[in-house]
Amino acid sequence: MSSESVRYGLLAEFGSGDRLIRAAREAVAAGYTQVEAYAPLHLEGLSETLHGSPRIRIALLMLLGAITLGVATYAVQYYAAVFDYPINVGGRPLDSWPAFIPPAVEMTLLGAALAGVIGTLLLDGLPRFHHPLFDVPRFAHASSDGFFLCIRAGDPRFEPKATRRFLSGIDALEVSEVAGE
Amino acid sequence: MSDASAAGRFLLGDHSDRSLTAKIADIVLGRRPRRGWLAAFGAAAAFTVLFLTATSYLFATGVGIWGISVPVVWGWAITNYVWWIGIGMSGTFISAALLLSRQPWRTSINRFAEAMTVFAVAIAGMFPILHLGRPWFFYWLVPYPNIMNVWPQWRSALEWDFFAILAYLVVSILFWYVGMLPDLASLRDRATSRRAQIFYGLLALGWRGEARHWQRHETLSWLLSGLAVPLVFSVHSMVAMDFCEGITRGWHSTIFAPFFVAGALFSGFACVLALAIPLRAIYGLHDLITIRHLENVAKVLLAAGLVVDYSYLMDVFTSYYSGDRFDTYVTFWRIAGSYWPLYWGTIVCNALAPQALWFAAVRRSPAALFFVSVVIIIGMWLERFMLIVTSLSRTFLPSEWGMFYPTFWDWAHLAGSLGLFAFMFLLFLRLLPMVAIGELRGLLRARSGSGS
Repeated sequence: MSSESVRYGLLAEFGSGDRLIRAAREAVAAGYTQVEAYAPLHLEGLSETLHGSPRIRIALLMLLGAITLGVATYAVQYYAAVFDYPINVGGRPLDSWPAFIPPAVEMTLLGAALAGVIGTLLLDGLPRFHHPLFDVPRFAHASSDGFFLCIRAGDPRFEPKATRRFLSGIDALEVSEVAGE
Repeated sequence: MSDASAAGRFLLGDHSDRSLTAKIADIVLGRRPRRGWLAAFGAAAAFTVLFLTATSYLFATGVGIWGISVPVVWGWAITNYVWWIGIGMSGTFISAALLLSRQPWRTSINRFAEAMTVFAVAIAGMFPILHLGRPWFFYWLVPYPNIMNVWPQWRSALEWDFFAILAYLVVSILFWYVGMLPDLASLRDRATSRRAQIFYGLLALGWRGEARHWQRHETLSWLLSGLAVPLVFSVHSMVAMDFCEGITRGWHSTIFAPFFVAGALFSGFACVLALAIPLRAIYGLHDLITIRHLENVAKVLLAAGLVVDYSYLMDVFTSYYSGDRFDTYVTFWRIAGSYWPLYWGTIVCNALAPQALWFAAVRRSPAALFFVSVVIIIGMWLERFMLIVTSLSRTFLPSEWGMFYPTFWDWAHLAGSLGLFAFMFLLFLRLLPMVAIGELRGLLRARSGSGS
């Protein structure tokens, strides 16, 4: 096999979620650092095994989104009611803050949700409609009943033959080459 | 081990990852729609046309085509609005609250409940706009720099309502879509026709089930749920403030916000049941939507109903306790005036009918549950209408008193909005996965005892 044809990596399929988690642990123990796992459901701890704790926290992004849109909504109301179009309604203060809170609260929640969804998609690198893995026919099962581990060709320890042997040695059902773009 | 047995109670039958995916995905990817679906879709489309016709006539002529006039200036349009948005409160709430409280019975019912929310809120949002005298100026609610140099009225509950509905609709759609992403990828990978592959491929955004993506997806779902619960409460409170901010008697009461929220969740849970029971029978989802699911929703429904009963009692009590003659009069007028059938209809449907849910035999019988939930949905409509019409028909000046009578176009907008909801819901059943397949796989894994 030529290393030309495995520019992306080697993809191994495992029989169940538990086997995939075990394989991920073994790959990490064997010193591989560029390993990706694919599963049809969220497997607790799999991502942490391979990639450690996430560096950018979604909760923090959402907090920033919440503060931004909430403060901006209050600011628009304040500007409109105090500077741009002040109206004296029965002597009430121009900055009627209790009445300005409800829109600001709603927009705070909206800002958090938008920041969370957009931030997650950006971190995921989605939308990305084509991916080298989609060229592997078996990979269509990753969304129903297939559990996959991919060791990337860029891994310092990657060596086509040895890596293939390693994957077969940890109970992979099938190992396929992923060509890359 | 308790996790496995809990999961086993809410997922019956001999299933594998593959059979679950096939079961849900093939409802959508099956080549021909069923004959029953086509018939229902045709009927729904006809009522949707009625809605469009009524709306066109409304735009051409004005709100005078409805039965509203002085003094009853809010009629069925506002009733429909409050009723629909109430139904729309519970889909997102039930999904978010059950996720946060780690209830395994969330999984089979959350997706279509969220869809129900999105469609109901979208329909609800139209009614205040239709009710504007000049609906083409509805965008004046949006604050933007304009050459007219005017701003919205920030101190009005109607303006708050605009922000609330906007936020709720967008967050509900995001919550629904984010949860659906992995299932759209399943459909993409199972689809055999080119058109379906492109359609679901675009919707799935290239989801490939990477472990890191799943982990972020999980975090995001939890955080969105945490946002959705307070959002539900705030949004329906804003709806209530449209009423209680005014000095109309019978409305001007601080009890209105919790009263409305309880009623909203009550009607919404009833609607979840009224949709779940036929879906389960028609699509053969007995393994996924079990009797236990129905029983659990019925218990939540009963609890919400008791809060509603308490609100009815307190509404009468506070009007008596206020010592305000006008307020007391409106309460008498509700109970024993010309609109008494509305009041007592409400009590029968919303206070008496749900008491049947105390009996396990009723909670375990899909037919009885379906009947009770439809009665509750009707009762909640009567309640919204009763609250609106009784207060407005008896203003402070007796010379101004008057009655409201619905016209054909009132009926057309009510029936049309039901048709529009059915139209969108049937399209959802045919085009999108009605049960969260990715989460069912998790339930299956928990049932087999793995993943500890």
